[in-house]
Amino acid sequence: MTQMEEERLKLTEIQTLEGHTDRVWGLAWNPSTGADGVPAVLASCSGDKTVRIWQQRSPSSTSFDCKAVLEDRHNRTVRSCAWSPSGKQLATASFDATTAIWEQNGDDFECVSTLEGHENEVKSVSWNASGSLLATCSRDKCVWIWEVLPGNEYDCVSVLQGHTQDVKMVQWHPKVDVLFSCSYDNTIKVWAEDGDSDDWSCVQTLGESSSGHSSTVWALSFNETGDKMVTCSDDLTIKVWGVDIERLLSGDGTGSWRHLCTMSGYHDRTIFSVHWSREGIIATGAADDAIRLFSESEDHSVDEPSYRLLLKKEKAHGMDINSVQWSPTANRLLASASDDGTIKIWKLE
Amino acid sequence: MASVSLSHHHFNVLRLPANLKMVDDIRDPEHPYSLEQLSVLSEDSITVDDKLGRILITFTPTIQHCSMANVIGLCIRVKLKDCVPSHYKVDIKVAPGSHADEEAVNKQLNDKERVAAAMENPNLRQLVDECLHSREL
Repeated sequence: MTQMEEERLKLTEIQTLEGHTDRVWGLAWNPSTGADGVPAVLASCSGDKTVRIWQQRSPSSTSFDCKAVLEDRHNRTVRSCAWSPSGKQLATASFDATTAIWEQNGDDFECVSTLEGHENEVKSVSWNASGSLLATCSRDKCVWIWEVLPGNEYDCVSVLQGHTQDVKMVQWHPKVDVLFSCSYDNTIKVWAEDGDSDDWSCVQTLGESSSGHSSTVWALSFNETGDKMVTCSDDLTIKVWGVDIERLLSGDGTGSWRHLCTMSGYHDRTIFSVHWSREGIIATGAADDAIRLFSESEDHSVDEPSYRLLLKKEKAHGMDINSVQWSPTANRLLASASDDGTIKIWKLE
Repeated sequence: MASVSLSHHHFNVLRLPANLKMVDDIRDPEHPYSLEQLSVLSEDSITVDDKLGRILITFTPTIQHCSMANVIGLCIRVKLKDCVPSHYKVDIKVAPGSHADEEAVNKQLNDKERVAAAMENPNLRQLVDECLHSREL
């Protein structure tokens, strides 16, 4: 984008999705939709204990309709949801300490499996790039890794201990089976399988001594190539980290992430969500009801990239924003979820 | 001491009844403490910024017991929800220097995910409800 193009950018509100009767905590775009004539599908999860599925009326339409309400399964807040890479299954993580796996059957969704094991609230769920593994994390300080087996069977392959507090989010790397978690203990941990023993362990901890965050880390997101990740925190900053991607892909260097940049002074309340678009735009959702977009600056060195604020959408919602998610397929389409019980669809143009 | 008026800010008067009873489930339930005995909340404990829509409440726990500070904080939050417009941001902290684990307590009191989960916990919910609705014996 040229500077002139950047200055003209605005985030246009397409639609407000209403229906949830409590705050909306999480969002997930179905990756097998939103392109090639397939209408985009979005899942949302809420404090009302349900998950809603929203579908674009037609590929060219800007309207979304609620196609399904997944209820009567979780008996507490549903905190996070994630589609499998094939788009055929949806995992939902709940404060009821379980993770449910759903499959579409005609117009309905049915719960085909329930993952139990965490001692208390499950905060996040994530599928790896191939869909062969699932990860969950909880206030019980643990991260669980599950193997996906035929017939909707899920086997726990590892219970990872290491965080000293509530684990807020887990996210698999987009290219390799390396798992990332972030926590109330202010750190980000990197987990990988030991080549020989197939045991999972923590290969790196990014804490204050690595130029890390000084309060709860709420979320993390990778760029398209996976050589960078961005994290957001209660410490009012977002941080960008980098890795030697060649080394990471070859199996070496899983634990050599380093701090690249801290963006401070832009947020004055907790940042709950951060998401990196395929095009390279970082979106944040914060407790000041605003959405902010950042992009990498043109003039910088490879070793020290810098980012600038592209746009600030104040009063994007009437209350805290809990999640922002770029569509992985539809161009410049962004969804946001809020304590106000609504989801908004935005177009960056 | 336990009554604070926010009437000059044109929302309902916030009054924490002086006879609020708190039962410490670790101690003897036969000896409930009143909120008055457990914490101090005075007129200068509340700072309101109408322009930004922010409220800061500080309270002084008189008993150095971590779990009580968290329950008091929850009670205050629940009580406020009834009389403060939903778009206000509420931060609740222990008065500086009033608690041994001040930072840890403040962090938990203001982690809204933790607060939400606590309020879904039937035991904690019951404790909070009892505190807010109990009557003088």
